[in-house]
Amino acid sequence: MKKQMKQRMNGYLRAGLLLGGVLTALIVLGFFWTPYDPNAMGDAGEKFLAPSFQHLLGTDDFGRDIFSRVLKGAGTTFTIAFCTVAIGAVVGTALGAVTGYFGGLVDEALMRLNDVLTAFPSILLALVVISILGPGNKYNVILALGLVFIPSFARVTRTAFASLRDVNYVKSARLMGASPARILAVHILPNTAHVLLPAVTIGFNNAVLAEASMSYLGIGVTPPDASLGYMLSEAQSLFTAAPWYAVGTGLAIVLLVLSAGLIGEGLQRAERGVM
Amino acid sequence: MKYAAKRIAMLLFTMVIVSLLAFVAFDVISGDPATAMLGTQATPERVAELRAELGLDRPLLVRYGEWLLGFFTGNLGISYSYHQPVWELIAPKVGVTLCLSLLSFVLIAVISVPLGVRSATRRSQGILSGAETLFNQLCMAVPPFFTAILLTFCFSTVLRWFVHGSFPGLGSDFFGSLRYLLFAAVSIAIPRIAMTVRMLRSTIADELGKDYVRTAISRGNDRSGVLRRHVLKNSLVPVVTFLAQTMAEIVAGSIVVEQAFAIPGLGRMLVASIGSRDYPVVQAIIVILAFWVVLAGTVADLINQRIDPRLRLGGGAS
Amino acid sequence: MKKRCLSLLLLAGLLCAVLSGCGDSSTAETPESRAAANTIVVGIAQDLDNSLDPHKTVKAGTREVMFNVFEGLMKPTPEGDLTPAIASDYQVSEDRLTYTFTLRDGVKFHNGDTVTAEDAVYSIQRCAAATETGIVPVEAFSNITDIQAPDASTVVITLAQPDNEFLSYMTTAVLPADYDQQDTDPVGTGPFKFVSRAAQDSIVLKKFDEYWGTPAQLDQVTFKIIENADSLLMSLQSGAIDLCAHLTSTQVAQLGEDFDVAEGTMNLVQALYLNNAVAPFDNELVRQALCYAIDKKNILDLAFDGYGSLIGSSMYPAFGKYFDESLTDYYPHDTEKAKELLAQAGYPDGFSMTITVPSNYKPHMDTAQVLVQQLAEVGITAEIQAVEWESWVSDAYTNRQFQSTVVGVDASNMTARALLERFTSTADNNFINYSNADYDALFAQAQATADDAEQTALYKEMEKNLTEHAANVYIQDLADLVAVRKGLEGVTFYPIYVLDLSGIHYTA
Repeated sequence: MKKQMKQRMNGYLRAGLLLGGVLTALIVLGFFWTPYDPNAMGDAGEKFLAPSFQHLLGTDDFGRDIFSRVLKGAGTTFTIAFCTVAIGAVVGTALGAVTGYFGGLVDEALMRLNDVLTAFPSILLALVVISILGPGNKYNVILALGLVFIPSFARVTRTAFASLRDVNYVKSARLMGASPARILAVHILPNTAHVLLPAVTIGFNNAVLAEASMSYLGIGVTPPDASLGYMLSEAQSLFTAAPWYAVGTGLAIVLLVLSAGLIGEGLQRAERGVM
Repeated sequence: MKYAAKRIAMLLFTMVIVSLLAFVAFDVISGDPATAMLGTQATPERVAELRAELGLDRPLLVRYGEWLLGFFTGNLGISYSYHQPVWELIAPKVGVTLCLSLLSFVLIAVISVPLGVRSATRRSQGILSGAETLFNQLCMAVPPFFTAILLTFCFSTVLRWFVHGSFPGLGSDFFGSLRYLLFAAVSIAIPRIAMTVRMLRSTIADELGKDYVRTAISRGNDRSGVLRRHVLKNSLVPVVTFLAQTMAEIVAGSIVVEQAFAIPGLGRMLVASIGSRDYPVVQAIIVILAFWVVLAGTVADLINQRIDPRLRLGGGAS
Repeated sequence: MKKRCLSLLLLAGLLCAVLSGCGDSSTAETPESRAAANTIVVGIAQDLDNSLDPHKTVKAGTREVMFNVFEGLMKPTPEGDLTPAIASDYQVSEDRLTYTFTLRDGVKFHNGDTVTAEDAVYSIQRCAAATETGIVPVEAFSNITDIQAPDASTVVITLAQPDNEFLSYMTTAVLPADYDQQDTDPVGTGPFKFVSRAAQDSIVLKKFDEYWGTPAQLDQVTFKIIENADSLLMSLQSGAIDLCAHLTSTQVAQLGEDFDVAEGTMNLVQALYLNNAVAPFDNELVRQALCYAIDKKNILDLAFDGYGSLIGSSMYPAFGKYFDESLTDYYPHDTEKAKELLAQAGYPDGFSMTITVPSNYKPHMDTAQVLVQQLAEVGITAEIQAVEWESWVSDAYTNRQFQSTVVGVDASNMTARALLERFTSTADNNFINYSNADYDALFAQAQATADDAEQTALYKEMEKNLTEHAANVYIQDLADLVAVRKGLEGVTFYPIYVLDLSGIHYTA
């Protein structure tokens, strides 16, 4: 029974890793080589070509190869999402651990601050931060989104840490004189994995989507270095002339998020299986 | 009800901090309203003159104090851009955005809770389960404005179920407006429903795997009775928290989706006002949206405290 | 459990039913219902998010709409001339220093009051003194020494010095002297009167029944604000909008059969504006190299489907009299020549530069993207910095903190002066820091001369000066593509940035 379950659980993980692996390979490839120069404009006759073997996803309003642009764009999006989640997860978990475990005044103060940050809808907060940092720059987008993601990680982990604060093995570790840092990192943190891992995958998911939304509102990455989000918003105005542009770009986003989602799902199930 | 009183006090405190932060943040942003108002006609003298007239040359805290005082007396100030009272400008939009976010929230709650409970308790087997999970993950992966593009194309350009770009207005045609908003609400809700279902399923499944449940069932208790009495109750806390957080995401989503559906709501107004540095309007909208989100959080905390008294915060703990 | 499934299905069914509704609910507006009511909806990309007082208007988008609400003593014609409006007649004295305007009989303001000479005097004085905050001073009015209203229908203006272009400033809107709500509830004399404004949503104008001239043919016009270019197209296709100006060629190509397209010009000088005070553009050779490196024709083909008119200096073709066509090809596309000039200037391997572009203007953004490609061919690495319009105004335009930028500069009124004065070295709005003694001298001469032909020649000399010294890399005057729903006609183009609605009407 257990073996059987494990096999099924690994199915998601395997599918996710496979998809993720292929996408990552393509993205890495895109950093060094693309079928066409993603910014090279074609002649007037090469606009809005439908998908073909020459142009897998057709061409856009400047006669640029969409597949090459999607590869490059996915690279930008992937980098932004990865860094964003890294910032959010590390800082957020640290905050959540400290506040959840110690409680008291620190908890109160930080959770109030957290409330304040959560009260700004993520896009809005990103909008404010971007306006201060100056729009258009990839690193500013990462910083803005990273900041936005801290509160949600802190909230999720805080609840987990708080609920584990008084369980027996933590109590006994405390009695045995373990330092708080050790208790947090060694005793509690591994046991929050079932909360943290889905949060990371959902975070990645959200980061990709948030970047897309920001670019849609015109505060994301600047052309000609397009991200998937920017390209999708551009594609909307070309929907009648070149539906494959929107569909191809949209699909790239969906696949990217899907692979992260499947990995998360697989991990979660594997975790539960072991338990 | 000491806890409730404390929580409400905290809400007010949070709102004060939010408004202060917003006030300061927008003060830092480069480019000032006087320059923006004068546009290409700006000269240093004219800018200075206008700054003085708008009172921008006074210290930040004084201006904030004045704003706060005005806020409590129902005076949100005058828009720099429109030369009209802020409230008069945004009042019709508050209703629109409120309706949109409520509609989205209802869609999410009504669809995802039964679905989530079902998928957690009645595990489908093999391929079906895989398909279910895959579908769930797919829904999560679709950006709301991509859905918006597709919905508009299908239902406006092709089927003509609604006329994109002619929102009737809540006052003149309430049900027509709701129908228009529903399309936007669906775009917001789809990924959120998938997330809530997934969240519910893993929470309930975790709970089901716990010893007390196994024990209870092995002792011959009715499975659905255990489910209702213990499992669901214990899974509620994170779910309620999650739904409250969803409200923040809905509000964020509405900013983008309003743009995509050309809905004259707070989101569009906000993005435009940040662009034109119309601080009084920006400030008012932020406080309203933030209040909406914080309120959801507070309500969630109050509900959670009812469900699980262990969760009392700070000094409230036994 | 079965029940739950069923209820979910029911819910889904209900949702569908509500969404599809009764397809054409009675209150839903359609192009047909609007035709029956003799109204139209016009799509505009920018909200009128400022004072509606015409004397305070700085935004071209606001001026464009309010053109239908306000008039001056004179008003512009589509041909680029001036015609008496509130004034029925005017006389200029021999020494060209005294202008006497006779007001038309019985011209009414939208609030029902009759226009008097006093109102005209008030309006001109208000712009001359500009003591009220926000009023845009009209520089030409500093030339006025005296302004009188000897009787209720006569206005006499005395100038210190003759000014050949003075009449074109008499298009300044005439407002009621005793009215102080212009900011939010404007009152003028035009064929349409203002009804309401909902921020970021719509502006409603209504036909003014007591208009003195040819009355408007539509009963009501609603301007719908759709800032997102992507959803603008969807709104056109869905039937929410009947008329929309300033579309891109790509948008027009996707419109389908419901629309006719009228083509005019935007009357803008679109160029890669170079900050002449900043390295490397303080070097004339570099600026010229850029001019050679750019292939304007290719920009039009790639980004505008061939629409648009090429230019070679700060003047556009619609200004027939002042436009010098020979300047357009002054710098033919020649990458070798460009590289040679760059080498001469000390940049044999090119250099890096930043192009600042207001991100909400798609035509400029598209142009910049093509420019980056073309510059790369001569070894120049250009990077686009997209900024919000407000940041562009404050940083690039006002504080002149930029290296190069792609924008379109327009003329605030129909004079060559409006386009050329800004490049004199002391001009407030000389945002490119152009500084050329010859140019300044030419401008001074042009202002001093009384002879129109001589003045025109001098203005042309100034244009040539800008081209020769490659002040900017001039590109084009954009095409103004207007989509008009079939069954509507009467779009008129002006050499200034306005949208005249008075002639628009349903054919059937």
